[in-house]
Amino acid sequence: MRMTLASLFCGLTFGFGLMISGMTQPTKILGFLDIFGAWDLSLAVVMAAALVVTGLGFTLVRRRPAPVFAPRSLWPTKTAIDRPLVIGAALFGLGWGLVGLCPGPALENLATFTPRVIVFVVAMGLGMVLQDLWRKRLPSPEKIENTTLATGSQ
Amino acid sequence: MVNFTPVSAAIGGALIGLASALLMLLTGRIAGMSGILGETLTGGDKQWRLAFIAGLLLAPMLSGLIGHPLATPAMPDSWAVIVVAGLLVGFGSRLGGGCTSGHGVCGIARLSRRSLTATVIFMITAIAVVFVARHVIGA
Repeated sequence: MRMTLASLFCGLTFGFGLMISGMTQPTKILGFLDIFGAWDLSLAVVMAAALVVTGLGFTLVRRRPAPVFAPRSLWPTKTAIDRPLVIGAALFGLGWGLVGLCPGPALENLATFTPRVIVFVVAMGLGMVLQDLWRKRLPSPEKIENTTLATGSQ
Repeated sequence: MVNFTPVSAAIGGALIGLASALLMLLTGRIAGMSGILGETLTGGDKQWRLAFIAGLLLAPMLSGLIGHPLATPAMPDSWAVIVVAGLLVGFGSRLGGGCTSGHGVCGIARLSRRSLTATVIFMITAIAVVFVARHVIGA
């Protein structure tokens, strides 16, 4: 219960951060990605600020033996730069550049009840489910090697 | 640079960072949105993930109550583009094990070369898409 409430609070903070930073607006995202147009560097500032705070925070958190409300920390363990990572990142970038929405802002924008956002989120969820089904299908030996590494929970 | 908003970007970014660090401190989990949504749809442990998503949705609702509702996002794209983009974002972020939050913020903050690589790839791809859309097709 405490873990759920903590998570709710973190989601709320994250949501305010996205809103205040303007990252819920596709125009701000596309303005950053349009480096050959009227370039809007805001996204870089958002990332830099987030990285400083997260980096400092993670350094402090690592000194603790365990999280406050959970038995242990689930730090990502994968380090391989493999085919699923490269192809997945490229496909994600393709979709992100088309509309200017990534998963966090897309979900938060559901609160505006915009039909296009709802359709985007449904398609995004479908894409996630399809990826899961595709990964779990009976794979060839080569695919096992590559896809078993793709089950990250980031 | 007429649209540059560095102050709100820095404040908002710091809050995103704070949320990511706090989630690790309190629950031991990585604040990666694609993982949080994807695992909710396909995986096990849903409760903390649904709570995070609920918080994410609560922010614009609370803000709306005090007179600052979340502005309707500008999405002039056709329905077909919206659907294709949504599928690509969902499939790609899960295949690549993260998106802007999981790789771009949490991963790079851990100095993960894997996350840095993913971030560089999706940035370059997205920049290329916008270049083609705005300066080749839309020129």
